[in-house]
Amino acid sequence: MDKIKDFASDFFVTGDPLIYGADVAIVLVTVAIVAVLTYFKKWGWLWREWLTTVDHKKIGIMYILAALLMLFRGGVDALLMRTQLIMPNMDFLKPEHYNEIFTTHGVIMILFMAMPLMFGLFNIAVPLQIGARDVAFPVLNSLSFWLFFMGAMLFNLSFVIGGSPNGGWLAYPPLTEKMFSPGVGQDFYIWGIQISGIGSLMTGINFIVTILKMRAPGMTLMKMPMFTWSVLASSLTIILAFPILTVTLALLFIDRFLGAHFFTLDGGGNPMMYINLIWMWGHPEVYIVILPAFGIFSEVVATFSKKKLFGYTSMVFALMSISVVSFFTWAHHFFTMGSGANVNAFFAISTMIIAIPTGVKVFNWILTMYKGKISFKTPMLWTMGFIPCFVVGGMTGVLLSVAPADFQFHNSYFLIAHFHQVLIGGVAFGYFAGLYYWWPKMFGFSLNEKLGKWAFWLWNIGFYVCFMPQYVLGLMGMTRRYSTYGWDTGWFGLNLVSTIGAFLMGAGFLFQVWQILHSIKFMEKDTTGDPWDGRTLEWSIPSPAPMYNFATDPQVREVDDWWEEKQRLASGGAPRPKPALEPIHMPKNSGMPFIKATFWFIAGFGFVFDWMWMAIPGLIGVAACMLAHSFNYDTDYYIPVDEIERTEAAARRGV
Amino acid sequence: MKMKGWYRRLAAMLPLAAIAFLLSGCGVNMGVLDPKGTIARQQLDLIIISSILCVIILVPVLVMTFWIAWKYRSNRKQGDAAYKPNWSHSGKIEAVMWGVPIVIILILAIITVQFTHKLEPSKALASEEKPITIEVVSLDWKWLFLYPEQGIATVNFVQFPKGVPVEFKLTADSPMNSFWIPQLGGQIYTMSGMAMELNLIADEEGEYPGKGANFTGEHFGKMGFIAKASSQEEFDQWVADVKKSSPSLSQQGYDELAEQSVIDTKVTYSSFPDGLFDRIVTKYSAGTGSGHHHGSSSSAGEANDSGHEGMNHEGMDMGAEGATASSASQTAATEEHEHHHE
Amino acid sequence: MANQGNHAVAGAHGHDHGHGGHHDLEALRQMGFWLFLITDCILFGTLFATYIVLHNNTAGGPTASELFEMPGVIAETFILLTSSFTSGLAVLCMNRGSRKGLIGWLIVTAILGASFIGLEVSEFIKMVDEGAKISTSAFLSGFFTLVGTHGLHVSVGLCWMVALMIQLGKRGITSVTKRKVNVISLYWHFLDVVWIFVFTIVYMMGVM
Repeated sequence: MDKIKDFASDFFVTGDPLIYGADVAIVLVTVAIVAVLTYFKKWGWLWREWLTTVDHKKIGIMYILAALLMLFRGGVDALLMRTQLIMPNMDFLKPEHYNEIFTTHGVIMILFMAMPLMFGLFNIAVPLQIGARDVAFPVLNSLSFWLFFMGAMLFNLSFVIGGSPNGGWLAYPPLTEKMFSPGVGQDFYIWGIQISGIGSLMTGINFIVTILKMRAPGMTLMKMPMFTWSVLASSLTIILAFPILTVTLALLFIDRFLGAHFFTLDGGGNPMMYINLIWMWGHPEVYIVILPAFGIFSEVVATFSKKKLFGYTSMVFALMSISVVSFFTWAHHFFTMGSGANVNAFFAISTMIIAIPTGVKVFNWILTMYKGKISFKTPMLWTMGFIPCFVVGGMTGVLLSVAPADFQFHNSYFLIAHFHQVLIGGVAFGYFAGLYYWWPKMFGFSLNEKLGKWAFWLWNIGFYVCFMPQYVLGLMGMTRRYSTYGWDTGWFGLNLVSTIGAFLMGAGFLFQVWQILHSIKFMEKDTTGDPWDGRTLEWSIPSPAPMYNFATDPQVREVDDWWEEKQRLASGGAPRPKPALEPIHMPKNSGMPFIKATFWFIAGFGFVFDWMWMAIPGLIGVAACMLAHSFNYDTDYYIPVDEIERTEAAARRGV
Repeated sequence: MKMKGWYRRLAAMLPLAAIAFLLSGCGVNMGVLDPKGTIARQQLDLIIISSILCVIILVPVLVMTFWIAWKYRSNRKQGDAAYKPNWSHSGKIEAVMWGVPIVIILILAIITVQFTHKLEPSKALASEEKPITIEVVSLDWKWLFLYPEQGIATVNFVQFPKGVPVEFKLTADSPMNSFWIPQLGGQIYTMSGMAMELNLIADEEGEYPGKGANFTGEHFGKMGFIAKASSQEEFDQWVADVKKSSPSLSQQGYDELAEQSVIDTKVTYSSFPDGLFDRIVTKYSAGTGSGHHHGSSSSAGEANDSGHEGMNHEGMDMGAEGATASSASQTAATEEHEHHHE
Repeated sequence: MANQGNHAVAGAHGHDHGHGGHHDLEALRQMGFWLFLITDCILFGTLFATYIVLHNNTAGGPTASELFEMPGVIAETFILLTSSFTSGLAVLCMNRGSRKGLIGWLIVTAILGASFIGLEVSEFIKMVDEGAKISTSAFLSGFFTLVGTHGLHVSVGLCWMVALMIQLGKRGITSVTKRKVNVISLYWHFLDVVWIFVFTIVYMMGVM
């Protein structure tokens, strides 16, 4: 009996009211979901329509929902931290708990919020923009999603079971080796990221093939929409960077699990190697998430200025050069490691070079607005919020790249303020713009503009109130990851202001949730399929897009083909002849991805607790799923012409 | 569009408000912005120069953004005369667009390279005074300072004469930390198995807060220390006092000190074991040299003397076969180390 | 870890080739596999880099020259190179339309691959018996992980090959099975190239 008690107190995280609260909430929510699904007999629907779907549009929606959930969790972490720092000598969070929270905040925001939100937008927009019926490998796409989902769940489970990781978001050893972190938190970190990272890698491959091979006839590379270009650049960076992460985390796990000596203090291990490796992935990772945001801004600026994107070729060149140079800057994350003046100078300059194409893009957006007709709908507002925020953030980034000055910025709140400015002002604002922009295409109704404006202003003002003081705090010597500080430091006032800003952003998020609920209730249906007077192919089909996207293959003649076609029709041109409908070849739904990801989850959980009786069957299950899939030749079917005709007629009824 | 003007004013006001806030609490330590040593002063100069270069490009971009957004808004009065939906290319403008950032970055790069060499932390400072050497060890969670020339040791407190170059030699007997005294100059990592070097100098007397800037676990926030720059006489007097009235630090005392704990007060020792710093460095670099001797098939048999850190050793039974410290005087296996000595 | 990429690649997409068969689709999958090989290259590249950084850090344990026994390694090398050749013969048979020859050469390839794995496993067991374990030193951590990862790839390839032979037996040479054979032979050649690097960087430079 005592044994069971001991086990339970190790297994479940205990001793903190916050966590008991979370336990209760998790149980209640689970019970509620199960009850609702059972009562309304929705289990079959859930399985058929969502869990087994291979439709890129539905997978995109699931990515986005999961990402918003993670944004909530990561945001709560942020507010807990800011509450702890609101004044000196606070005792709201113990240091140990604070360390866990900043770790999970970082991991969740980058890997389980930004990445899935990005993949969600890839899925929603790319096939529609290039006139394809799905991605190149739809089942693989579904597997990517479920791997991400299971990885994220595994990571989040550490909050209530076993204990959260507490070694920082990049988990530098030797601190994260068994010697200093004997608990299971670090193993949750490794397996949560590892499982979802495999999914990310496969998404990268999937979208490269999709973009290179599945464009509509006539759409040459240089006629692709800019968002698709940015996805291509980002995906190329993913497939080159993510294997490094996979290896690095695997080596850390081998250290912890088998007692190897890759990064240990003893046995000849080299912790510096980990720091190099993790940043060889980590720096490109930053560009992986920002490049698609650049693509979104390009689409939004052109659409809402009703004008062609300025400098298309410059833009493409800038995107591609950023993704190449991003692999040669990693050491700027540790100028203070004593690598010597020449090494530091090299990485300082390579970092500065990235500022050039980035700056060019900003000019491109500004010149796209020049002589346009700009309307400030929410997607455009986020873009307008982005430009100044990102320019300032980019400039502080250039300051950080000046190696000798970085000796004074490094590890301080100056750095914290910088990367939040580019990640919130660049990535989050960008994805919000994309979310608002493509929302009508996803769901067939628009989001309420008024609440959206409230959300925008709260986020935007909150951002400056929160992070501008942090630049100053950094220069005053406030180090990151301090769980508390004394009155004698003089940091009270600025920290108080910063915390207020954080809560303003939290309020902005609540407005967004309200906005979504409000818009669902008072649905403003998008009957045109083209609510923004768009320019690219996704706006030429009904909202939400039919299962097969395009009834017939679109023929592309130029950049912004849909816009040009509308211009031609408006000036009296005859509509293009519609090719005859043909049966459409579609992939069948598959339960394999969900089941396989579940086996990964089981294996991961087993490895976290060193339970081989669980890990080994999990891995066997994964292998069995692969084999079963290899033997399955019944993977596709045809949609007959009369069904296409019915669907098209129903979708066009409102026109 | 009314909102936009308001927004800009707010953005401009924020830094001012922040500064007002700071001034209200006088006597606040301004860290990097209030340098008290040559290195920190040059670093601040560099920060200011690079900030100015950035502002040169920042201001026009911001002005252009808002001016264009305002001028070409869709509900403007002047109608559609200026609307040019297909204008999307201009060779001249694009040349400027690429050219200006390239020039700015080029200037900044040249400045950076110069300063990188000038402010290389391992470079000795030019001074007429003979430099003083202080050895620094980051422990969980405190700083140990050893004075090899004076023979004394301190914890979480370091004193040195002003105007005399200080040659810090740093290592760690714990996860990697970072040694930072903002008012005297930038930080450097403390890493086990390596002796890093950082040269600083204080131009004025005073007590300057120092930090452990890199996260090292639970109580890392308690790793602040005080760096005191005093006159030469005061320093000599202090050393004499410490030698007379403080206890000495034994090897065993060090081993206890190295265990995970927090020390809130400053501690001084009248002496410390000979070669302590080198032993700490070589302890971890033991495994990295080549040409070790080892028993026929029993590398696991060698005892490891590094088991005294007092951490939780679950799972370490498999990983404790490190070599003894004595076998690794030459430790240039890793790149970082070599660079460091160039 | 990332090596299950291709197995999951499946499912059709509708790119409006209702009557044209699956040529387009199979080309997509072939390209996807090439991209997967790029990621695998980087995976091995990273492992090689860690091994090179750590290879002198023997921490009092055995060094490379004391540990490696070249005759066994050279035998492994010849077996794997030969299996690469026989997998090439299998593809040639397939292109001639000979299902028997194809399956036959695949069986020979698989047997060679299995004996390579057998030799490698016995080499590892012997090392561990001598006290050279993954936890002995950073050098051995790097060694076992790099060489073991290659061995794991070969083993996965073997299982996959067996599954493919069954499919070939059942369905014959179709556009789908043809692509699968092409892909696995590509994979096999890739592992061969990786092994040449292992042989040179780990073993040859280790004993020299």
